[in-house]
Amino acid sequence: MADIDLFSVGKTFTGTPALQDITTRFDDGEFVALLGPSGCGKTTLLRILAGFEEPSSGRIRIGTREMANAETGAHIAPENRNIGFVFQSYALWPHMSVRRNVSYPLEIRRLSKSAIATQTDAALASTGLEDYADRMPSDLSGGQRQRVALARCLVSDPCAVLLDEPLANLDVALRASMQGVFTDFHKRTGATMIYVTHDQAEAMAMADRIAVMDQGRIQQFDTPQILYERPKNRFVAEFVGRGTVVPVQEFKHAGDAHLARIFGTEVAVQSAQQEVQVSHVCLRPENLTISENGDLRSKVARVTYMGGKYLLETVTDCGARLFAETRARFDVGAQLGLTITTPWAFLED
Amino acid sequence: MHVIQQNGSSRSEARLFNTILLVAICLTLAPVLRLFVEGVTYQGSPSFVLVRDVLAQPSTLSALKHSMITAGFGTLVSLVLGAAFAFLVALTDLRAKAALVFCLMIPMMIPPQITALSWTQIMGPSSVLLKTLGIAPPLGAPQPLYSPQGIIFLLGIQHMSIVFLTLRAGLRSIPQDVVEAARISGAKGLRTWWQVVMPLTLPSLAAGTAITFVTALGNFGIPAMLGIPAGYATLPTLVYQKLAGMGTTVLAEVSVLAMLIGAVAVAGILLQRLCQSRQKLHLVGSTSRPLALPLGAARLPVEIALWSVVVAILVLPMFGLMATSLVPAYGVTLRFDTVTLASWYEVLFRQPVTSRAFANSFGLAAGASVTLVMICLPLAWLMERRKTRLARLFDSLLDLPYALPGVVLSIAMILLLINLPFTEATLYGTIWIIFLAYLARFFAVMFRPVQASLKQFDPSMDEAAQSVGASLYRRLRDVIFPLSAPAAAAGAILVFLTAFNELTVSALLWSSGTETLGVVIFNLDDSGETGMASALAMTIVFVVVVLMALIQLLSGRLPKGVVPWQT
Repeated sequence: MADIDLFSVGKTFTGTPALQDITTRFDDGEFVALLGPSGCGKTTLLRILAGFEEPSSGRIRIGTREMANAETGAHIAPENRNIGFVFQSYALWPHMSVRRNVSYPLEIRRLSKSAIATQTDAALASTGLEDYADRMPSDLSGGQRQRVALARCLVSDPCAVLLDEPLANLDVALRASMQGVFTDFHKRTGATMIYVTHDQAEAMAMADRIAVMDQGRIQQFDTPQILYERPKNRFVAEFVGRGTVVPVQEFKHAGDAHLARIFGTEVAVQSAQQEVQVSHVCLRPENLTISENGDLRSKVARVTYMGGKYLLETVTDCGARLFAETRARFDVGAQLGLTITTPWAFLED
Repeated sequence: MHVIQQNGSSRSEARLFNTILLVAICLTLAPVLRLFVEGVTYQGSPSFVLVRDVLAQPSTLSALKHSMITAGFGTLVSLVLGAAFAFLVALTDLRAKAALVFCLMIPMMIPPQITALSWTQIMGPSSVLLKTLGIAPPLGAPQPLYSPQGIIFLLGIQHMSIVFLTLRAGLRSIPQDVVEAARISGAKGLRTWWQVVMPLTLPSLAAGTAITFVTALGNFGIPAMLGIPAGYATLPTLVYQKLAGMGTTVLAEVSVLAMLIGAVAVAGILLQRLCQSRQKLHLVGSTSRPLALPLGAARLPVEIALWSVVVAILVLPMFGLMATSLVPAYGVTLRFDTVTLASWYEVLFRQPVTSRAFANSFGLAAGASVTLVMICLPLAWLMERRKTRLARLFDSLLDLPYALPGVVLSIAMILLLINLPFTEATLYGTIWIIFLAYLARFFAVMFRPVQASLKQFDPSMDEAAQSVGASLYRRLRDVIFPLSAPAAAAGAILVFLTAFNELTVSALLWSSGTETLGVVIFNLDDSGETGMASALAMTIVFVVVVLMALIQLLSGRLPKGVVPWQT
């Protein structure tokens, strides 16, 4: 188990930058999610950590070992890093039984036969696969295959486990139960886990901290609550949760309270202490209440039933699209008033 | 997400890659290069004197003319037969397609000298089969196959499978919805075929034609068995006759002839590449279900017609071969009281040359298969991962020794190995020159199926092994090799099959003690021992069909594109 440190890591593919200047630290035992739209560089970052790719600039340290350094050209091959990797396609070897798939890392480490058997049994038991040990991967369901992949990467006690969209190929129900498997596993082993996903619900549910990535950079790296409640910039605000970012017309301090003029109305906002100026606010459904005499007049453009409540997509008179939640049913075209309560404000550069 | 992997692999991988690539280049491309150098030097300096001299000889010009005529018209015969079969098998609802395809592949797998031998056994005045049936032409009548027409006809039959396979592969890549769209628009039957299917298949038809022409041009067995008795020499037989008659003194001269065949062949290959690159444009849309246009009432007659052709070109000659091998002396009528296994016994158990040739051919074929697996498997895998310039260049040239006519490769091998650099030693006259020639010739046969299977290989299989700590050697042994083993096995069987009864290359490279089976059959027939030649040929046909059946059984476990008759 070890911390992972990245120092201004960059990667270019034939001239196109895929990662730019990533400096960050993943703590020992942490469950980190790398979240972002496709093409944001999250998988590249994971593959650099694993050693499948070499960084074009910067260096990487896992524990006390320097794994890659673009300046000196030092690069430890993936097979010598003692890292676990779970692939989206599971990458089970189809010609080996479940047991052999799981025990293979131990074979390579030249453990004694009895040690291999005990540790393999333990790994199979911890993923609930005892009954499937002698089956072939092709006889297993998607969730079972993913558990074999997990068991395989645990068995050798890696210093970090890297997971590349491991649930992307599973159906919704299975995904939820596998999330439980991953969380339990993380609690039990205390392994450092880096988890790549494009699904924010997945990241929110499991990760201690989430690194939101876009265009090859980490936009914000915080706990799920902070990401949701206090986004640093427009991208994070819009990507995480259902948020609409609108500009602030005027901003002033009134004692401890911060007031901002939004759509011509003055509302109290929250912002980071150090911000002396803000430019935008993030309006989420919970910041909007529907009332007959709300200041913000808008018209319902779309109604989606969410089970127990409705999500309204409304268009304000000045053309902004806002999302509001309600238990009462509204028809498309209905006029309603919205009141904004303490949204999060930030300075967009 | 998955970008081309240039980095992240260990140094040992780079070392291994460079070593194997170097070995492969030396094996396949060095001989071709050596031949080229020989043709354009005269007494140690670059010159075209030799080229001019050889090209001015009347025998060269007539052989070139004969080669073009027989290969050209032979291709035409292949085209008509192969295209008819391909269209009917690929587009319609014929029954028992798999069996039909399997039978159509057999002519390609049976060595040409045996094809020639078997056909001469069902024609001409001394045909045992015709005599037995009482319809033999009178004694003294000419053997009709000892003629340009005979060569053309047999070349056509021998290579129809090539046209059939390329065209069928092209037809299969036509999306079904294209044809369905034509039918829903009201196009019927032949109109669909003529206006939609035909234009889409022209590139593959052209590619198949070009490669058939190249193969027919390089064919040695058929013009040697039929043309030499008729005094009708093609370029490959001219090279053979010169080298057999005068030995290595005419090496420089025949290397020019070899280059001449090579030049025509390369033109054909380039044409084929051009056609195939144009074909890629059409590969859009779903091709999941094969087309099956209903033939309706015409189905049974068509099926009968197709199977009759198969019987005529496959079964009938085999009967001729069988009949000849079962009579005590050539020309005797086959009756219950004349049936004898004497020829079989003599050739299989008494003649020392046969058992020697069996051992040689078996050893060469098995050795070449195993060696090529060892080279091609890691090479194909590393080439998938490291797309360097040199690797891509090699990828585009590695078919050359297989596509070039066998005599061209033989001459190149002799030139390369007659004086080993820095020593007095020579490999000419030893079995090793044949072995190395086989490695060069069948490299592509082994490499392409393995490459096809590795292209479909999920790179994360290897990365998973890498992430759990497996070294390059362990990954090759435990993951890459087992997963591509079926393709490697199919490739190895194909190499074995073609090398086992190969004649064209060994005809110029054998010497006493290093005869191959192909050479023995050719020599037996040449010396009038037709009965024994037929018995040996039947044995080889049997081995070929058994091995083909083996691949057929394996085919369920193979990725698409590995079994040549199932692409």
